[in-house]
Amino acid sequence: MVLRVMSISGIDIDRAIKTFQILKPDGTYDQELEPKLTSNELKHLYKTMLTVRILDKKMLILQRQGRIGFYITSEGEEAAYVGSAYALGPDDWIFPAYREPGAALIRGATLKELIAQVYGNAADVNKGRQMPNHWGFKRINYVTPGSPVGTQIPMATGFAIAAKLRNDKRVVLTYFGDGASSTSEFHTGMNFAGVFKAPVVFLCRNNQYAISLPVSRQTASITIAIKAIAYGFQGIRIDGNDILASYAITKEAIEKARKGEGPTLIEAVTYRLGAHSTSDDPTKYRTHEEVETMRRYDPLKRFRIYLESKGIWSEDDENETAKKIEDEINIIINEMEQTPPPDPRTLFEDVYAEMPWNLKEQMELLLDELKEKEKEIQEVK
Amino acid sequence: MAVINILQAINASLKEEMQKDDRIVVLGEDVGRLGGVFRVTDGLLKEFGENRVIDTPLSETGIIGISIGMAIYGLIPIAEIQFQDFIFTAFEEIVNHLAKMRYRSGGQFTAHVVIRTPYGGGVKGGHYHSQSGEAYFAHTAGLKVVIPSTPYDAKGLLKAAIRDQDPVIFMEPKKIYRAIKEEVPDDDYIVPLGKSRIVKEGYDVSIYSYGAMVHVALEAAELASREGYNVEIIDLRTLIPLDIQTIINSVKKTGRAIILHEAPKTLGFGAEISALISEKAIEYLKAPIIRVTGFDTPFPYTLENLYMPNAQRVLKAIKHVMSY
Ligand SMILES: Cc1ncc(C[n+]2csc(CCOP(=O)(O)OP(=O)(O)O)c2C)c(N)n1
Repeated sequence: MVLRVMSISGIDIDRAIKTFQILKPDGTYDQELEPKLTSNELKHLYKTMLTVRILDKKMLILQRQGRIGFYITSEGEEAAYVGSAYALGPDDWIFPAYREPGAALIRGATLKELIAQVYGNAADVNKGRQMPNHWGFKRINYVTPGSPVGTQIPMATGFAIAAKLRNDKRVVLTYFGDGASSTSEFHTGMNFAGVFKAPVVFLCRNNQYAISLPVSRQTASITIAIKAIAYGFQGIRIDGNDILASYAITKEAIEKARKGEGPTLIEAVTYRLGAHSTSDDPTKYRTHEEVETMRRYDPLKRFRIYLESKGIWSEDDENETAKKIEDEINIIINEMEQTPPPDPRTLFEDVYAEMPWNLKEQMELLLDELKEKEKEIQEVK
Repeated sequence: MAVINILQAINASLKEEMQKDDRIVVLGEDVGRLGGVFRVTDGLLKEFGENRVIDTPLSETGIIGISIGMAIYGLIPIAEIQFQDFIFTAFEEIVNHLAKMRYRSGGQFTAHVVIRTPYGGGVKGGHYHSQSGEAYFAHTAGLKVVIPSTPYDAKGLLKAAIRDQDPVIFMEPKKIYRAIKEEVPDDDYIVPLGKSRIVKEGYDVSIYSYGAMVHVALEAAELASREGYNVEIIDLRTLIPLDIQTIINSVKKTGRAIILHEAPKTLGFGAEISALISEKAIEYLKAPIIRVTGFDTPFPYTLENLYMPNAQRVLKAIKHVMSY
């Protein structure tokens, strides 16, 4: 009997174990590896990171003031998703989780669209159907995620398989956390991707925690990237706080996928500086010292030093840009707080392509109820 | 017109739709080279090739998750879950994602996937090859649930499901895959979703049923006629969307309602029919609404013939409502 051995040619196990880096925490960098990005591109990336940083701060305050119900910050992870999203071509797609707002911005979502979703009001294209941070915009090929962790992973793979079947050169990028790497969806998505050589890039933001549980509670594997090898494709571990690495490696993976050479799993090693969400108290499970130590690796600081050393960014640029972003966000918040909630009818829309009789019946019931209430209010007046 | 069985009708339906619309892909375990464990997809690989008839790894979660992604891309995946009993690992993908893609994205993204899955007992399949899970899916907003009981309907309903814009769970009563044969047009027709079928007209009592149990209802009606009772039988065909008008019209005429299904009684789809009749037509009722169903136990192996509703049990229910 001849046993068939699956080939792992072309797979470099080292890359799945060692951590790839271009831009060091002190802002110095490896000139040979430095990606070719123009000054304008670099500034665009930095501004996007800064935008999310400011947005997060603002949203956190709004939540504390009870003006929005909930929010998830991504402080510390901006480089992981901004750099990677920028590597996509205009027709490529993203299947995100809930912690990559900068990826949506890079694709062309507006701040107003992001904030409208957080308010879930009539301006939200998702019609206020989900909690904050579940951003989705068909216009920019950015698919609305659900809350159950990891479930977007096989969908992204399915989309990629469909593109491949159609000889379409589009590539799919999907984001998820280290916790998601424990789900059955992660494994089945990776397995399908390997078997069908799907043009998909899996980007795991290993931010060290899934709510309170450290990554050591998600896996006993030496790295997450190495899991790809068991599914027959390359895993690459990168410094997720290094935007140049995030961009360069994702670009490599996307080009490979576009050439028909299959999927890649990128593990971006980063750190979640904030709480899991506004409902979480991280002091229960990690020390202040740990967080302060990790602040030294802040992806924004590092990138800023790099830009300054190139003479394309300055203290003045920083202040001016930050002020502009803040003003813009304030104006949008003001507008959003005057925007009414979605029309009650939208409660019943989009369940099916056409509304069935039982939903019509229930909608009429609600509309009657609202009319009566309205009448009562009028009478009191 | 050829005389064919349900298997052949579904196969013909798939083939014809795939010829018409090249967005359709069929995927699942063993659907390609083998043509499916029941041979439902026989010959499709040969005709349409590997890019449209896809043998997948063994993962129901994967099959549905992949299908959703394909549908977002713009294909129309027809996923086979080999036995409905194995659908539960994919329950997450179906209930939380397939069903809700349109809603959660404010109508921006849709996931039109048809899930074909043999279901039901009577084939000596034991617990893990016999369950009837329609209530799980009918309870989920965003899904349509379709169950044919004849070859003609199987072909026409599947075509309607494939052309529909919503995700559809197409449940195939495997007990009667081969047992029921009839003339089925060779050409194109659809049986629209949301329209039930009056299998037999009558004026004493209405039996509402679907799938393999429609044939048990017919048997029972025959027995009842010998005792002088005239039974009306309605095949619901689609649980979601439900043809409420036909249900109410029938009970208005007969004043008596029996619901027959093989899934367990408690919170089964019969409970819904019963509640709807109470809400909309209670003043026409001359007797209590009776459910004849499988028992509230796991599906058994050796004693499956005791578990499954039979014509005698239905007859007893008929006599009960007639003498109330
Ligand atoms: C299937 C599922 N189980 C539990 C939860 C509750 N939950 C929400 S986020 C989360 C942790 C996710 O961690 P990770 O995947 O590492 O992503 P991160 O939040 O760190 O970005 C948990 C347990 C969920 N949303 N989905």
